[in-house]
Amino acid sequence: MALKIIVCAKQVPDTNEIKIDPVKKTLIREGVPSILNHDDANALEEALKIKDKYPDTHITVVSMGPPQAKDMLIECLAMGADEAVLASDRALGGSDTWATSNALAAAIAKLGAFDLIFAGRQAIDGDTAQVGPQIAEKLNLPQVTYVTDFEIQADLKSITVKRALEDGYEVIEIKTPCMLTAIKELNTPRYMSVGGIFEACKKDIPVWGAAELGVDPDKEVGLDASPTKVFRSFTPAPKGKGEMLEGETEKDVARKLLVGLKSKHVI
Amino acid sequence: MDFSLAKEQEFVRKMVREFAVKEVEPIAADIDKEHRFPAENVPKMARYGLLGIPFPKEYEGAGGDNVSYTITVEELSRVCATTGVICSAHTSLCAWPIFNYGTEEQKAKYLPDLCSGRKLGGFGLTEPNAGSDAAGQQTRAVDMGDHWLINGSKIFITNGGVAETFCIMAMTDKSKKTRGISAFIVEKAFDGFSIGKIEDKMGICGSSTAELVFQNMKVPKENILGKPGDGFKVAMSTLDGGRIGIGAQALGIAQGALDVTIDYMKARKQFGKRLADMDALRFMVAELVTKIEAARLLLYKAAYLKDRRQPYGQWAAMGKYYASEVAMETTTKCVQLHGGYGYTRDYPVERMMRDAKITELYEGTTEVQKLVIAGAAFGR
Repeated sequence: MALKIIVCAKQVPDTNEIKIDPVKKTLIREGVPSILNHDDANALEEALKIKDKYPDTHITVVSMGPPQAKDMLIECLAMGADEAVLASDRALGGSDTWATSNALAAAIAKLGAFDLIFAGRQAIDGDTAQVGPQIAEKLNLPQVTYVTDFEIQADLKSITVKRALEDGYEVIEIKTPCMLTAIKELNTPRYMSVGGIFEACKKDIPVWGAAELGVDPDKEVGLDASPTKVFRSFTPAPKGKGEMLEGETEKDVARKLLVGLKSKHVI
Repeated sequence: MDFSLAKEQEFVRKMVREFAVKEVEPIAADIDKEHRFPAENVPKMARYGLLGIPFPKEYEGAGGDNVSYTITVEELSRVCATTGVICSAHTSLCAWPIFNYGTEEQKAKYLPDLCSGRKLGGFGLTEPNAGSDAAGQQTRAVDMGDHWLINGSKIFITNGGVAETFCIMAMTDKSKKTRGISAFIVEKAFDGFSIGKIEDKMGICGSSTAELVFQNMKVPKENILGKPGDGFKVAMSTLDGGRIGIGAQALGIAQGALDVTIDYMKARKQFGKRLADMDALRFMVAELVTKIEAARLLLYKAAYLKDRRQPYGQWAAMGKYYASEVAMETTTKCVQLHGGYGYTRDYPVERMMRDAKITELYEGTTEVQKLVIAGAAFGR
């Protein structure tokens, strides 16, 4: 029996210096190059590793985003995913995590039966780590977050994962179908392959709007349906410029550092 | 008219740049210093399809095109010219002539191993007394009825010490001069094949440049590539394509040198301001940017024509001639812009300047390119 895996991926701006629209309080995406979110690349890589071992595994990547998120999905296909679907519609714009997980859960449900959902822990733009777990709740699936090690038994049903905690880890056994969120320690994502690129660009990536997803634009998705309201956002004041210490030897510099810290009563 | 790259080509650039920065750049200075062939990166290049880009999937190629191949060699060479030429010599000079001139049996036997990168390829035309004058072949192939017996040697063979499959030229009928040259597919494992001197070079020091020695080498009858006497045509048309690869290597070297130099100029301060703020130096950069872009247009056009199956030899010659001179000029000026630091091995421009020189020499010197271009201008 072939495994069916869903991977949730997001296109994110490639920068840590994100600019925020002062009026809408949302991210400004214009002029910032977009990439596949890092943790999502780990999620996809783990699915691809399963496919390396069990070649009849079928991987579908699901994303929600503007039409240009198709480029990120092409990248996923060029890495080796079989199929990709984009949830994209003006009605989905401004969705918070709750509304986003409504749309993604609907997309996954529409795709039919599956064994496993892999998502990244969180996206580097929003950093919420909520969408994966919410999808699991909405699809009534068991979930394990922060997966740092993954092993599936030959029966393709029993999975053993290692879950990273702040001060250690848990080893958890779980049965399919289930939802897992990946962290970067899980693996090193592969590159696209040249052959993969030429195949991926020929593939059709269906775009599903609110109607195709069967979600209510007034109650389930979009800015108005989102319970999270951003009141205010701000850029923290930059820290003062650091002081560079110089000296003839390392010992000199260390001495200056100690003197400086003592004079400021840090130590 | 459309100057934009196809989506596939954009993705190939993105992918190869990422690969080059993460896998190739970190070892580029070391393999140069140690004169070491970067064997560890060949399986990685193979895995991601970089060793069979313009060949169909039925031969385990990537199913890509020549523009993507050009971009690939450019991006690899941007950080390491040695790695760029491994890809170029393998693809243009070994896999391509087999793909273009091979029988179905030859293609089925040799291309999957080459296009997948399981085996590397090389090309043997140059001999001690047959450089630009390629017609002066002294390697002889004699028809022994059930096999060919080849004696002679080839020098300066890129990938020579590491490749397992070669396309080589040998004289089968000396009286016919260039029409007496034939092409053969030769395996390293053939009896009578051996590796001679490994060259100690100024640049592309990690590249394996070797002498191939054939002593009573027995080559199966069916390994002749094309018909007897086709060898010169096979070699010349192979080099037409090879020049796109070497031009791309030169282009990559120039772009890489300029990129690191611009970063350096933004950081380096003299006379109380950044080098990047000094007009005389900015003008130097402006000239280089313009020339690099012109070289890119020539080369991409050559690759584009090849993809469209239109005559491209003149364009490849112009692209290679121009890009190699731009690479030499750019790297020399980038060393100048680095000042004394640029002359040290702490900065990559020193290596890039040494690497650039070879692009004016191999796969046809600049002078040979001019013969080709003038030939087209005068109608021979």
